[in-house]
Parts: sequence; structure tokens; C-alpha cells
Amino acid sequence: MLSANISAISYLISGILFILALRGLSSPETSRQGNLFGILGMIIAITVTFLSIGNFSTGFVVVLIFLLIGGLIGAFIAYKIPMTAMPELVAGFHSLVGLAAVFVAIAAFLNPDAFNLGSPGNIKLGSLIEMSIGAAVGAITFSGSIIAFLKLQGIMSGSPITFKGQHPLNAFILISIIIITYLLCSTQSSNLFWILLAISFLIGFLLIIPIGGADMPVVISMLNSYSGWAAAGIGFTLENTALIITGALVGSSGAILSYIMCKGMNRSFFNVILGGFGATEQSSSSQDKEQRPVKSGNADDAAFLMKNASSVIIVPGYGMAVAQAQHALREMVDTLKKNDIKVSYAIHPVAGRMPGHMNVLLAEANVPYDEVFELEEINNDFANADVAFVIGANDVTNPVAKTDPQSPIYGMPVLDVEKCKSVLFVKRSLSPGYAGIDNDLFYKENTLMLFADAKKMTEDITKNL
Amino acid sequence: MEIDPFIFRLSIFVLSIFIGYYVVWSVTPSLHTPLMSVTNAISSVIIVGAIIAGLAGNSDTIFNTSSIFGFLAISLAAINIFGGFLVTQRMLAMYKKKKKDK
Repeated sequence: MLSANISAISYLISGILFILALRGLSSPETSRQGNLFGILGMIIAITVTFLSIGNFSTGFVVVLIFLLIGGLIGAFIAYKIPMTAMPELVAGFHSLVGLAAVFVAIAAFLNPDAFNLGSPGNIKLGSLIEMSIGAAVGAITFSGSIIAFLKLQGIMSGSPITFKGQHPLNAFILISIIIITYLLCSTQSSNLFWILLAISFLIGFLLIIPIGGADMPVVISMLNSYSGWAAAGIGFTLENTALIITGALVGSSGAILSYIMCKGMNRSFFNVILGGFGATEQSSSSQDKEQRPVKSGNADDAAFLMKNASSVIIVPGYGMAVAQAQHALREMVDTLKKNDIKVSYAIHPVAGRMPGHMNVLLAEANVPYDEVFELEEINNDFANADVAFVIGANDVTNPVAKTDPQSPIYGMPVLDVEKCKSVLFVKRSLSPGYAGIDNDLFYKENTLMLFADAKKMTEDITKNL
Repeated sequence: MEIDPFIFRLSIFVLSIFIGYYVVWSVTPSLHTPLMSVTNAISSVIIVGAIIAGLAGNSDTIFNTSSIFGFLAISLAAINIFGGFLVTQRMLAMYKKKKKDK
């Protein structure tokens, strides 16, 4: 059996290794080593826990069996999952962290002796508060992530679900969570504990249903943050440094990502959370602009334009992920490069359904990461480029965000695609993007619309090059 | 007067938030997806709580309500730990630099 001091120091070491794991992600070269630090930190934490309990009887074998079952499932998923499904996977993983936090809180509530927290019905006040917070946040993370998962997977419609009295209802439930936590701590009643869990599950569900599919980058980041706070709450209950450090890291990581995503859409966090975007904004723009002429072309025209270009910038978006066009795109780019055409990629912060979604897909298609640029890095280059190839992106290229103060997306940072000599826009139809607004880019002199499936169009262009 | 040990844990917590803040801002945007999957994996260190709960029973009462919740939590967290780290590894292995000859 390990002394309490030694295990406390070991937990501190795993906390530090987790910090290094995140630190490694500052560049792709150091990231792989960072991940190994993370794994090492986890091994230390688990080993120390076993050693400090020092119980290697039948229970230990049962624990190992459950560990192994989970591990095998996890490893299987990790190897099988296609990269395009990464947002769903992350949402699913968040739900598991949330549920695990709830289960640990339940276990601690039912058997506080095992955790040195007092006895059933007489749990230390501080621990009970921490436990309730961990359990409530965990439950919200769980049900919220399930809804996010269902929306991303397409099982549930991505459009926002709103009803009358939604916000007052949510506010009422949030206030009751606080009141019930207070009552729970003063009475130690187990009924209140179960009620607390039930309404926390409910509020997680209610908070996410009004948020539309394209706001998922914010939602996923937010749930990422919640899963961290839940872990920290449990960490306080268990008086475990590794868990407290990790919870704080993950909590602030998710919060920063949410902030970056909100900034990428020029919307406040509360605006996204209150939801319903896209359902209400479809007013004036649709009727009068419908009649404007667009130029449309085929793969042959597109190939001709690109062959005569000296530099091409690719603008990928969620549509590329849906069409699984990243490999076809890379092949097209390879052909362009053989003709000595300079190609780079421009990624908008909210392109796709989660932070960094496009970068992963391009990396999967063997696109070197030093050809891929963020909005601020590349936005000035559009003016000097010959062709912009927009594939699966829409709202993030809309010049209206810079010109029309009436537009719902006014002020959102956009890629200055229209400054290119010519724009090739791959899209299935003229339908507006998720924001429900028409893209002015479609009607510009220098825009050629390519109406087709992104993957098929890209392959056809390659054939014609 | 003695300081409540809670204050020490709170200090660790607050300082870690600051560390997290600075470390995460230095993460390159192209690695934001791996960042999310690895934070998933490390937040599953909650498994230590699950293990404590799972091993709390005596040898004749291995399965009681509390320990069963512990066992389930062990499996859930283990899915995340293995899945999270492995999928991160898989993603990171794909990030390659341009070949020198170009």
C-alpha cells in the first residue's frame, strides 16, 4: 500500500504530464510526443490508484475486466471511425465523460465511507456540495452531448427546435437546480439527489435542442468545457489533484474554443446558446434577389480557368466533408502542382462542424499542413490569386458580411474570395447556407458556379486538366 | 488558525485554469480537433474515482449498488481513455510537412 503523500505526488506528476500533452499541440512536430506524455500520465494515475488501495483480491480482477471491456470498445472505435465522423465521435466521448462523472458521484453518494467522505446520510457538507456540482454538470454534459451527437449524426434534424416559453422554462429549471442542491445539502435526502440528477439530465437536453446544426462548433466546444468542470467537481470530492488539474485544463480549453468559434461567427456566446438562429432570419433577401443572373459552367470550363492560372486558393467547407471530397480534391491539386501552379488552402475558423475539422480532413488526404492557412494568414493573398476554388463552403465567403449592415451575418470575419480574378464555386444548387441568406458571391461577374456534387465535380476537373 | 485543505485544492484549481488558458491559446488552430479528442481522453482520469468505488466492497460483497456504478463508470471512462488517445494518435500521425523536393 502506497503512502498518501507518495500517491498525492504521483497524481501531481500525472497532472503535469497532462499539461505537457496539451502543450505539445502547439505544433504538429511536438504533438505526437505530447500525446505520449498524456498516455504516460494516465498510466501513472491508474497504477497509483490501484497501489494506494492495495486491494488485489477478486474485486481487482473485476475492475480489470471492466477496464478491458471499455478499452477494447474504445480502441475498436478509434481505429474504425472515419475522419469525417470526428465531430460525432467527440460529442459521443463527451457524453461518456459526463455519464462517468454522474456514476462516480452516485457511487460516492451511496458509499461515502469508501471515499472518506463520512457515512450515508451524514456526508461532509463540503464534499456533498462538490459532489452535487460534479453530478449536475456531468448530467448536463451527458444529455447535451447525446443531443449534439444525434444532430451531427443526422438521426435528429439539425434545425433548431424552439417552442414558446422555452427560455423561462430553462431559467426555472436552472434555478430549481440551485435550490435543490441547497436543500440536498441541508437534508442529505437521497430522494433530492435523484431529483437533482433527473432535472440536470432534462436541462442538458433542453439547452441543446434549440441550437442549429451549423452552430455545432460552439456546442461541442462548450460541452467539452462542461465535461472538464464536471471532472473538476468530482476531483474536489475525491481530493484528487490529477483530476482537479485536468478538470481545470479541459474546462478552460473548451471555454477558449467556444470563444474562438463565437468570434469566427461574430456572435456572442449567449446569442448562440439562446439558439434558434436561421429559423427567424429568412425575411427580405429571398424574393428580390432570386432573379439575378448567375454564370454556371462545367468541369471543362473550370479546368481551363485553372490551367491558365498561376496561383489557386482552395476554400473548403462542411460540404466537402459531406461529399467526402477531400481525397479527390488532393488529386486535383497534385495535377495542378505538376503544371507549376501554386496552390494553398484557406480555412475559416468555423468551417465544418467542429474546431479544426477541415484541417484533419485535409491531413487525412495527405495535404501537407504547411500548405494550409488560417483566415488571417491568407486573407490578403486572395487579391493576388488567379482562381479561388470554393468547395462546400458558403456563408464564410459571403461579401455581404462586409457590406450590408442589415445582414444577420454582418461583421462576421469572411474570406475575401471575391477579390480573386475568378471564383469557382462548387455547390449543388443556389440554395442559401445555414444562415438563410443569399450569397452575393454567386452573382458576381467573376464567379463561375459549378452545380454538382463536390466529389464528382473535382474528379471531372482532374480528368480535364 | 489552520487553513482548510480545501483552500489548497482550490489554489491548485485556479492556477490550473490559468495554465490551461495560456497553454490552450498556444495550440495551433489546425490542431483544434486533436485538442478536443485529447482533452476527452485526459478528463477520463475520472476513472480513478470509479476504481475507488469499484474496489470499495469486501471480497464477499464485490457487487453492491455503489460498486456497480463504479464498475460501469470504469468501462465508460476506459472507452474514452483508449478511444481518445488512440484516435488522437491516429490523427496526429496524418499531419505531415511538405516534402523537401517541392
